[in-house]
Amino acid sequence: MSSTSSADLVPPSPRGATTYEWPAVPMRRRVGNAVFWVLCFIGLALVVVPTIWLAAGIVVRALPHFSFSVLTTDTTGETGGLENAVLGTALLALGVLVIGGTISILTGLYLGEFARGRHRGVMRGAYEVLAGIPSIVLGYCGFVALSIGLGWKNSLLASWIVLSIISIPYIAKATESALGQVPSSYREGAEALGIPAGWTLRKIILKAATPGIVTGLLIAIAIAVGETAPLLAVAGWNDQNPSLSLTNSPIGYLTYPIFSFYQSPDKASVDLSYDSAFLLLIFVLLIIIAGRVIIWRSRRHAE
Amino acid sequence: MARQAPALPADGGAGIPLSRRLGRLLSGDATARRVGFAFALLPAVALAFVLITLLVKALPAFGFNGLSFFTKSVWNVGGYSSAVTKTGGVEHLQGQQFGVLAEVVGTLVSSAIALIVAVPVSVGAALFIVERLPRQLANLVGAFLELLAGVPSVIIGLWGALTFGPFIAKDIAPAIANHMPDVPVLSYFRGATGAGLGELVSGLVLAVMVIPIVAATSRDLIRQVPILPREGAIALGMSDAQTARRVTLPWVGSGILGAVVLGLGRALGETMAVAMTCGFALGAVPGNIYGAMSTIAATVVFQLDQAFSDPSGFEIRTLAELAVVLMVITLATNVLAALLVRRVSGTALPVGRGL
Repeated sequence: MSSTSSADLVPPSPRGATTYEWPAVPMRRRVGNAVFWVLCFIGLALVVVPTIWLAAGIVVRALPHFSFSVLTTDTTGETGGLENAVLGTALLALGVLVIGGTISILTGLYLGEFARGRHRGVMRGAYEVLAGIPSIVLGYCGFVALSIGLGWKNSLLASWIVLSIISIPYIAKATESALGQVPSSYREGAEALGIPAGWTLRKIILKAATPGIVTGLLIAIAIAVGETAPLLAVAGWNDQNPSLSLTNSPIGYLTYPIFSFYQSPDKASVDLSYDSAFLLLIFVLLIIIAGRVIIWRSRRHAE
Repeated sequence: MARQAPALPADGGAGIPLSRRLGRLLSGDATARRVGFAFALLPAVALAFVLITLLVKALPAFGFNGLSFFTKSVWNVGGYSSAVTKTGGVEHLQGQQFGVLAEVVGTLVSSAIALIVAVPVSVGAALFIVERLPRQLANLVGAFLELLAGVPSVIIGLWGALTFGPFIAKDIAPAIANHMPDVPVLSYFRGATGAGLGELVSGLVLAVMVIPIVAATSRDLIRQVPILPREGAIALGMSDAQTARRVTLPWVGSGILGAVVLGLGRALGETMAVAMTCGFALGAVPGNIYGAMSTIAATVVFQLDQAFSDPSGFEIRTLAELAVVLMVITLATNVLAALLVRRVSGTALPVGRGL
């Protein structure tokens, strides 16, 4: 605010001056304010810098030797390509989508639409507790009970089950909150028009909740694809392309080379490790972009 | 409310094609409810499967390892070729002894380092994003947070082990270690700095993984703080830093606390990133903050394969006990969070709190 404009508002001071001086902000306050925001900015820098450092570090290290032939050749020993791992990861993600997705969407649907009171509390508690169990513990259980106990060995089925259990809380929660955000006027309108409840659910409520549910599925895929510890136990590793047999069938997956080859004295193995990390990073980026597009489109439809 | 499917005709709908009858049946509320109920039980079944597997495996180990499991740091697997003996009905190998004090301490300390670093950084960043950054930049930073949250932990481990750890060991740690005064607490920062795999690097890598959870939640919460109390504070002569500290943050305090505990849960249970950066020293309590150590999760992932060579199967049981300990710690954290958030949120709403 300039001093001339404030002169209009403020009566002349007793000493006869025509301009009014606002009391200066005490130095202590000014410094305190600046220090606080500088500290906050440092916080922001400490969030942004590691992110860039991490992503750029992987890309810079991977790009010089990256070639698309890793997508079309299999791993041999600790070098070669990653076709087996890419296919295995895709197969694992697909299974999680089908098994975990079905279970969790229907769970979320039941908890969001039908269950009431105590009933709901107990059932929701189950998947919330599941969310709090570290994935290595789930991997241990899968290995001990399924791979060893049932004799499935390293297998596709055991991996699907363990990864599905890991992903259930995320999808179920996303489904439940997506259903909760459907405006109640939709339900009331459908009720008033005499539409059967099943129809309302399928054609109106689910349609409105779809973006939220799909976002939950995307998160689940990202988790399934990025999971390592439980897979080391239940999926094993295979440098052949995955077979479709459900049991006794070790599978390759993209996180394995990262963990197993990064300390190798052979540079080609470490390179493969970075190739794998690079592919996963691109995949995560694609998932994030897909999520943003879904949210953007659903917003545009809502308006 | 007549929540029912369209009724079938009196003849049972014999004239209607089967596919349409099926369609009507499935569109019925009662059927959807029943199918939903059956599937909603599955997470509970999965939980029961996990708990039963763990307890069946772990219970004999609880008896044999006894209380010293929590008070000693020893990992003696015995000789795999030695004879299987039986003590109190539990099969084990001669000379086997397990105590996981070091792993429990390692888990707690690395997570504590992560929180000490991540919480102020995340909250400060969230405040800056909401109050200072233009919308476009805020969106960009949001994308960074999403990326950081989505990067698989094994990639963070790779970065931590090959890029970040060596950087800390070469450029940061020696400077700190040489200039820290030799007084209690701070002397923990003195001494040999190692090659970049150890407690400090694990903690910092965990901080990188906790930050997106706490920062994104804090940002969303701070955005929802209504403008009126903040304007009121400004009108009363508070600077915007004071407003942020004394009005905005107390307003969302309980929510941020919830996010912090969620982050703590992730840090406690994190496996790969820590396994790759902790230097894996089984049973070692590091002498200073740079020393190699181990966490519960890292121990399980590294020992699981080998444990199956134990002909008595006792090592597997011990790992189950370890997994139970980890699960109890993380679940206790979650329960504590639920209680705390409920209690805090009862009193945190009025604006003037903390003034």
